Amino acid sequence: MKKYQLGEFEEVVLLTVGVLYKEAYGVSIKKDIETRLSRNVSVGALQTALRRMEDKGYLTSYDGEATEERAGRPKRYFQITALGKKALEYTKSTRDELWSAIPKVALRLVNS
Amino acid sequence: MPPKLFLRFFRWFCHPKLRDHIEGDLRELYEEGVKEFGKRKADRKFIGDVLLLFRPGIIRPTEGYKNLNSYGMYKSYFKIGWRNLVRNKGYSFINIGGLALGMAVAILIGLWIHDELMFNRFHKNYDRIGQVYRHNTRQGEIQTGNILTTGTGTLLRNEYGLHFEKVVMVRGRNEEHVLGFGENQFTQIGYFMQPDGPEMFTLTMIHGTRDGLTDMNSILLSQSMAIKFFNNENPVGKIIRFDNQWDLKITGVFEDLPKNSVFSDATYFAPLDLFLNGWTHLNVWDNYNMHIYAQLPPAGSFDRASAAIKDAMLPHIDAQAASTKPQLFVLPMKDWHLGSNFENGMAVPGPRVNSLWYYGMIGCFVLVLACINFMNLNTARSEKRAKEVGIRKSIGSIRSQLVGQFYSEAFLVVILALAFALLLTQLALPAYNQIAGKDMVIPWNQPWLWVGCVAFTFITGLLAGSYPALYLSSFNPVRVLKGTFKAGRFASFPRKILVTIQFTVSISLIIGTAIVYLQIQHGKNRPIGYSREGLISLHPRSPEFKGKYEILRNELKKTGVVEEAAESNYAIVSTLGWNGGFDWRDKDQGLQDLSFNINRVTAEYGETIGWEFIKGRDFSRAFPTDVNGVVINESTAGILGFENPVDEILVRNSEGKRVEFKILGVIKDVVKGSPFEKTDPCLYFLANGDEGWLHIRMNSTNTAREALPKIEKVFKQIVPSAPFDFTFADDDYQAKFKAEERIGTLVTVFSSLAILISCLGLFGLASFVAEQRTKEIGIRKVMGASVISLWRMLSKDFVALVIIACFIAAPLTYSFMSDWLQHYQYRTDIPWHVFVFTGMGALLITFLTVSFQAIRAALANPVKSLRSE
Repeated sequence: MKKYQLGEFEEVVLLTVGVLYKEAYGVSIKKDIETRLSRNVSVGALQTALRRMEDKGYLTSYDGEATEERAGRPKRYFQITALGKKALEYTKSTRDELWSAIPKVALRLVNS
Repeated sequence: MPPKLFLRFFRWFCHPKLRDHIEGDLRELYEEGVKEFGKRKADRKFIGDVLLLFRPGIIRPTEGYKNLNSYGMYKSYFKIGWRNLVRNKGYSFINIGGLALGMAVAILIGLWIHDELMFNRFHKNYDRIGQVYRHNTRQGEIQTGNILTTGTGTLLRNEYGLHFEKVVMVRGRNEEHVLGFGENQFTQIGYFMQPDGPEMFTLTMIHGTRDGLTDMNSILLSQSMAIKFFNNENPVGKIIRFDNQWDLKITGVFEDLPKNSVFSDATYFAPLDLFLNGWTHLNVWDNYNMHIYAQLPPAGSFDRASAAIKDAMLPHIDAQAASTKPQLFVLPMKDWHLGSNFENGMAVPGPRVNSLWYYGMIGCFVLVLACINFMNLNTARSEKRAKEVGIRKSIGSIRSQLVGQFYSEAFLVVILALAFALLLTQLALPAYNQIAGKDMVIPWNQPWLWVGCVAFTFITGLLAGSYPALYLSSFNPVRVLKGTFKAGRFASFPRKILVTIQFTVSISLIIGTAIVYLQIQHGKNRPIGYSREGLISLHPRSPEFKGKYEILRNELKKTGVVEEAAESNYAIVSTLGWNGGFDWRDKDQGLQDLSFNINRVTAEYGETIGWEFIKGRDFSRAFPTDVNGVVINESTAGILGFENPVDEILVRNSEGKRVEFKILGVIKDVVKGSPFEKTDPCLYFLANGDEGWLHIRMNSTNTAREALPKIEKVFKQIVPSAPFDFTFADDDYQAKFKAEERIGTLVTVFSSLAILISCLGLFGLASFVAEQRTKEIGIRKVMGASVISLWRMLSKDFVALVIIACFIAAPLTYSFMSDWLQHYQYRTDIPWHVFVFTGMGALLITFLTVSFQAIRAALANPVKSLRSE
């Protein structure tokens, strides 16, 4: 079994939450992913991913301020937890391991 | 403003926890969108987002988001219940074990009753088969029987086709005959039946077909019989030898009939024509030897058929037979087993129905005992849980939840007990079948079993759980927790009544058992009028046996191990052979059609079986005129009414002839039929051999083991074709007690279980009481109470209850068992010491049970009990 369940989109969201630090809420995360990775993110997909990771314990959330353009609805800010950090590190280290395991020849051949 | 419709849709489906901030996000994006690309595109994007949000993680649960069921609560009830069970292992064991025992007994008895009610259900035409019965009126009393003439059967078959689809005659009793194939010879029980029989009774054929009895020289064998002869080969077409006289072709093999069906003892069916061959025919009206079975057409009715055949016999019988007003009727198959007991023309419950009631009652009693135990222990224990109730209530349990909790605990125990009971039943079933002489299985696949189990669980759980559920849940938490709560003085009163009931029932059952055994013993000790020791009988069925009496007797006596040998036409313990038509001096007119049990015996019969003469003498070879002599028994002497019957004349009218017989002697009654019934009036006439049954009295100086091989050698020399299948007279006599001994064994088992269950309950209660009074006992000990006085204090309550139970049980059982004994004409008195001994026994058991706990409590160190809180 996998130690930390983390999908590709989830990983992107989780990293973005980290990037935005204290400013991570629905709209800002969506925009950030869209500009950085130039891919379209629907509110539905994003919210489900956030919810799922909150259930897994990678994220916590708290209510923030309400603004006028939001018609008085509060923002929900997200933060990476310790477990979330471990999950990210784990994914990164597995990737790195895989990278280092590829013989250099293989990549060279692919490039040329 | 974003599109209203979609906004409302979103608000409707979204999980309430997420609704606000997602709506905030959507609105923020929308506002930006309006600024950036105008309202229309922003609207489109908004709609897309809303639709994409419609997905599992976001949609709210259908019934709000609260848990609206209380599975969790039930789970907790069972968990707490389980912990309680595990914590008090002793009580749980008594509780569950006692209940399981009681249930197992009830299930076993239920199976018995079911088996009896299912009698004959095996036959596929169950609803349409009937047996023809006949009422006769004799001396103002209607007698009912099912033995009829061949003429009647033939008449019904030929002229009442409107009412009967099939009519089959079967020889009126099972017949023992010798079947032989090669070296193997077996004496077997079977029936002679007309060719339609196998079809009517829907035999399951393994080989051959059901129409295998059309030819006179054919035979159908049961599967077990076929295996005995031929292993698993197909024997159809093989020839077996019947009584060393006929060669019969095997035309089929049928599956053995189930034990609860009317022909269950059949190892073969042979054609009725074979039975009739050579001495009688199918149109006889004065020899009653047939059972007649009839199958109605699909639309037929038993009532209509009965009405139609009511007077069918009258035109064919002579005036004397007609004077008894014979009336025929058809008894449906469903009544054969349990509804065929008639008294003065009316169906009355017979002994089988009675024993069903007895067993049913015992089953209910044992079950009630177990339930009482369960209730007593549960209620007694539940007072200990008053604190728990208080705490639960303070925390916020409402009363209905507590009620639910106590019920669910009761159900938990009942379900566990039920599982154990089913297991116990399954384990006990082989032994039980052996005692009961049945073939019962637990019908796991029958829905009614499960319905019954569920219903039972429900009722017991409700009964036993009600007190704690309803009473305990009513406690005031403040009082309970403060410690001022006390169960009232009368709280234990219902418990005491229940214990008394328990012991009343147990003691009654034990007294009943004792009386059943006394009655059996009474029958066994009955003077039987002959001597059974060293007496053997056999019934050689072979033509070779004819005319060999003298030589057999001489050769047997020459061996030195045989004292005497004789022949007779019936077995010693048989009551067959009845004839009327006797006259004597000063005969009472009321005795006109009285019949006697007629026996034909050789001159040495009395000597062989050991007659005891009251007056006169035995037959003797020295007096050739003894051919016209008769030996009578005491019962006959009583009917004849002579002061001195010896040398009086008895006239026999038979086939228009009058023959005079001189009474030679009077013997003590020989018990031939049931040892519990009056003996029949018997007449013994002299015969000179060829009578079928051979009786051999062995010398008392030799053991049977030494003597039998010598006897067999002689027998084999003279009658080599007949098997040497003998029986001991003693065994034949003991076999008559089978039914009573069966009742005896079962009642013993069940009443032992009853007392065991009651004692278990008492044990539990006693230990509970001792535990409750630990402090009191400690203080008393400190103050100087002796162990003896403490023991007396703790025991006396229970002993008083048992004594009361004894006094209730004694008169109850006395009247009930007196009624039971009325069924027997030869019956024991109910001696007073049965009651005294049973009472003492019950008291002793109570003492032992209670004392164990009482003494343990009394011996305990008071320091420990006073220190602990």
